[in-house]
Amino acid sequence: MNLQCPLPTTNKDSIRLGHGSGGEMTQQLLKEFIQPLFKNTWIDQAHDSATLPWDSDRLVFTTDSFVITPLFFPGGDIGKLAVYGTVNDLAMGGAEAKFLSCSLILEEGLPFNTLKKVLQSMAGAAEETGVKLVTGDTKVVERGKGDGIYINTSGVGSLLSNHPIDPSYIRPGDRILLSGDIGRHGITVMASREGLEFETALTSDCAPLNAAISALLQGGIPLHCLRDLTRGGLATALVELAETSGQAFELDEAQIPVCESVYGACEMLGLDPLYVANEGRFVAFIPAEYADQASAILREERVGASCAIIGKVTGKPSAQVILKNSLGCDRLLQRLPGEQLPRIC
Amino acid sequence: MKFVDEYRQSETIQKIATEIRKETTRPWTIMEVCGGQTHAIVKNRLDQLLPQVIELVHGPGCPVCVTPLETIDRAIAIAALPGVIFCSFGDMLRVPGSEYSLLDVKADGGDIRIIYSPLQAVKIAEDHPTKQVVFFAVGFETTAAANAMAATQAKQKSLKNFSLLVSQFLVTPAIASICAAKDTRVQGFLAAGHVCSITGYESYLPLAEKYQVPIVVTGFEPLDILEGLLMCLRQLEQGSYQVENQYLRAVERTGNRPAQVLLNNVFSVSAQCWRGLGEIPASGLALAEEFSDLDATKKFALPEIKPREQHQCISGAIMLGLKKPGDCPHFGTTCRPDHPLGAPMVSSEGACSAYHRYSQQVKTRESSMSSPNNQ
Repeated sequence: MNLQCPLPTTNKDSIRLGHGSGGEMTQQLLKEFIQPLFKNTWIDQAHDSATLPWDSDRLVFTTDSFVITPLFFPGGDIGKLAVYGTVNDLAMGGAEAKFLSCSLILEEGLPFNTLKKVLQSMAGAAEETGVKLVTGDTKVVERGKGDGIYINTSGVGSLLSNHPIDPSYIRPGDRILLSGDIGRHGITVMASREGLEFETALTSDCAPLNAAISALLQGGIPLHCLRDLTRGGLATALVELAETSGQAFELDEAQIPVCESVYGACEMLGLDPLYVANEGRFVAFIPAEYADQASAILREERVGASCAIIGKVTGKPSAQVILKNSLGCDRLLQRLPGEQLPRIC
Repeated sequence: MKFVDEYRQSETIQKIATEIRKETTRPWTIMEVCGGQTHAIVKNRLDQLLPQVIELVHGPGCPVCVTPLETIDRAIAIAALPGVIFCSFGDMLRVPGSEYSLLDVKADGGDIRIIYSPLQAVKIAEDHPTKQVVFFAVGFETTAAANAMAATQAKQKSLKNFSLLVSQFLVTPAIASICAAKDTRVQGFLAAGHVCSITGYESYLPLAEKYQVPIVVTGFEPLDILEGLLMCLRQLEQGSYQVENQYLRAVERTGNRPAQVLLNNVFSVSAQCWRGLGEIPASGLALAEEFSDLDATKKFALPEIKPREQHQCISGAIMLGLKKPGDCPHFGTTCRPDHPLGAPMVSSEGACSAYHRYSQQVKTRESSMSSPNNQ
């Protein structure tokens, strides 16, 4: 009997979908191509936004691109994502977004009605978050060479906080505050894209986070680090932060909020909610003595009603994230390797 | 969530784990046959609750892992043909063929669609009458029943543009093959509950008798697995070898008769090659004569497939319970989920993927348990 398995040589000389998953392959792309070629102090910070030496070091700058199918989904659309995403990236650096650019790549044949709906949604999101969309660009690609509409937004803002909010300021003993239940966005979009129906209707968690961050800062919470949870989910974000900060985190699985519908869908599809995408959730690293106060402030905010303290920074030497389950057993979390694919059975 | 939460309750699980520790008097090696069970064990770190002398080894119950290289290459060749829509379950896409994976073909422009149910592929065929829609029908008896439903529906609708590339496996012959191997270390089995929900477990009775090995039909939640282990251990400690059913809420002795009729109508038992294990007689389900017009291998004239066999992955030894992922010199070094050397590191049901994803501590513990006797 042959007990061996063939060794494949997979073609890896071009971009694959996994390079956009936010996980291990995205990190490879960043580390092997983008950071070495664009090398400078600010890109090497590897944070959601860069604080620039301008206007007394209080100018913060970021950019993000948005590609999603379908363009409209329960609880949001590509226009909202494009504004909230960049506003949120600035908020994660402790900055208030002021001005956004809007670059549109449109596919030939996109109905004006669809474009108008997306732009109206962007305008509404800008008003809600207090930013101005002040400049932009439009390109059109041939039919079949795009998914209707791609949007890039860049944003500038100014720091609200007098102290840096950055992975390098994460300290042993810090508590990890999660702003709400995880996985709604990823499951909603997947269900919408694939025509899956669940017993309870799900809506995306897509939301602006600036008001919540502003409330925490105004409440006097010394935020050490913030990170919004997007592709790759909670687990990937925390693994990245552990590696960047050199700190070890311990999470209590029982404290991580997951709504019943997401839980059920993940069970059915063989997905792990810890790795499912979010668009309106963040984690905050806070000194232990401020944790309860921060939770109370966040609970008053629309996006933070189901917030929870999910873990702590242990001070152990290895930069790892350990999940403690209800049985008291440990599980080591890793980055999402490529894309999460639904299982066969 | 009903039928899930009650099987994950800490107090009950700890109680069963205590029973297991109390009743175990010597070393035992037990195989959980299904990859889903392996993932539940490693994800929930159930190994940490067990006495060190119990060794769990992982069986061939991952259809993604055991689909032969030649079939993967054939799937890739069909998916790359112009005018073809190739439908597959998600976790088949990453499995490496001789040169490429289906994900590579997709990235190069192949129309490959991830589906969640075989009936979706039938719907896609109805919606795209000018395309040839091929469904990659991979799985054990559980999935095969749904695949049979898709084939039946396509026949009823007289779809001329729908076909199946079949790679289906029967679990009982694989267990028999493991029992019969002269170097086997497996002393008891946790059989895959969802397969038995279709087949029942009567086919295990002669196996348990012939090889004097306890077989416990077991579910997939932490409590199921620990209960199954306890039932198996009690038999081992007492020297008995019965077939028992832990998964009472889903499995009956004779299984699901309507599903069996459906399977028998659409498929016939055939010899099947298992990736890493080789050919096992009467261990597969191929399309029956009346459904041969739905056979994608007959529909498409492909050039001869010559799978490139190289031998660095030890998946066969892992699936027979002879070795564990941590015993492989490539595990976690040259073989990782982002650069897999073999299917068990790719599939979400694969043992190596489970070990790599959930724990490095498992590797440490198992290394400490390994001895020259069990290599």
